[in-house]
Amino acid sequence: MNSTSLLVFDGLLLVSIVSLAWAALASIDARRSVILFMAFGLVLALAWARLRAPDVALAEAAIGAGLSGALLLAALHDHDRTAAGVGSSSTQNQTSAGLTTVIRWSVTLLCAALAVGLGWALVHVFDHPANDALARAVAENLDLSGVSNPVTAVLLNFRAYDTLLELAVLLTAVLGIFALGPARAGYQPAGLIFDGLTRWLVPVLILTAAYLLWVGAHAPGGAFQAGATLAAAGVVLRLAGRHQIGLPAARTLHIVLAAGVGMFLLVGFALLATGRAFLGYPPAWAGSLILLIETAAMLAIAATLVSAFVGGQPESVTIDNEE
Amino acid sequence: MINALSSLLILAGLFFYIAGSIGLLRLPDLYSRLHALTKADNLGLGLLTAGMALQMPNLMTALKLVIIWLAILVASATSAHLIARHARRRESRS
Repeated sequence: MNSTSLLVFDGLLLVSIVSLAWAALASIDARRSVILFMAFGLVLALAWARLRAPDVALAEAAIGAGLSGALLLAALHDHDRTAAGVGSSSTQNQTSAGLTTVIRWSVTLLCAALAVGLGWALVHVFDHPANDALARAVAENLDLSGVSNPVTAVLLNFRAYDTLLELAVLLTAVLGIFALGPARAGYQPAGLIFDGLTRWLVPVLILTAAYLLWVGAHAPGGAFQAGATLAAAGVVLRLAGRHQIGLPAARTLHIVLAAGVGMFLLVGFALLATGRAFLGYPPAWAGSLILLIETAAMLAIAATLVSAFVGGQPESVTIDNEE
Repeated sequence: MINALSSLLILAGLFFYIAGSIGLLRLPDLYSRLHALTKADNLGLGLLTAGMALQMPNLMTALKLVIIWLAILVASATSAHLIARHARRRESRS
């Protein structure tokens, strides 16, 4: 394909990103906003793919568009239900409308300031020669990292601390979610057709998650994308009204949720005990250790995301606690 | 020869996409819109997939495209059914 037609495609992509973002923000109907936001996420994933960042594109499509959209729709559904039950007075509505306008304008101003700042930075970037010292450092040490995908090498080896802390953030988030109390009631059992879809979609999603986890070592993929895909299986089961949505019982669930951070720390301290630096893998073992950590991280991420979608302590957990 | 055939298939696919989008914008109610959108888009996507599969370097990549098409077929048929059923239930309630 020649560069002119690609330029046209990129231009269309840019226009649709901006107009979808605007439409999502300007929409009065919250449900419409959420659906536009999901479309925005998908087009953004395409843009990442065009920027040759397939790892980010995968994460954006799975988490940004898919799971965030599902979470927002679930929150909206819940909000509608409580709003219908309580029935707010008109004065309350007026204050909240005023507040919404203030919030909307402050966010708009902040975003505009951010856009100006980024634009200013972008203009100045072109004045300097490309600084690829970091990229070169990664490429030179890739052989020692145990994996051949530079993104995984950075996330799980060179900058493993960052990923450890990201997992700690997820663990903190799930503690907050559990503090909300028991999960919302599930949905009604699905009809024949959706149930049929669930029956083959869930195994396919599990298989895809395993593939993404494994392929992360040498191609785009990894624990976050795999975890999001695995969580999608849980979301589908929940939407189909299943009682069992793949989350284990209380004690096991707690272990799984802590497994991402736990496995990281275990490996880190074990390496300390053998006289190496914290998370400084020996090159011969690096590949296996990264896979071990990523497997635990995938399970933890999936369990966290499903817990977030359920919106509280899953039912099986509370039942087990009562027993 | 292959290029001409794949262009023809892709153009035919685009025609069905445009027809489906016009249907979505112009048709009066939800059921006919759904009907236009899912039927025309699924056929359009099939033609598009066939056109692109001809351009692929090997059979495996072409088969991947076919798998994507099948997955989208199942997903869009199911979601169309769910949307229509939801709308129908809401109608019979009111």
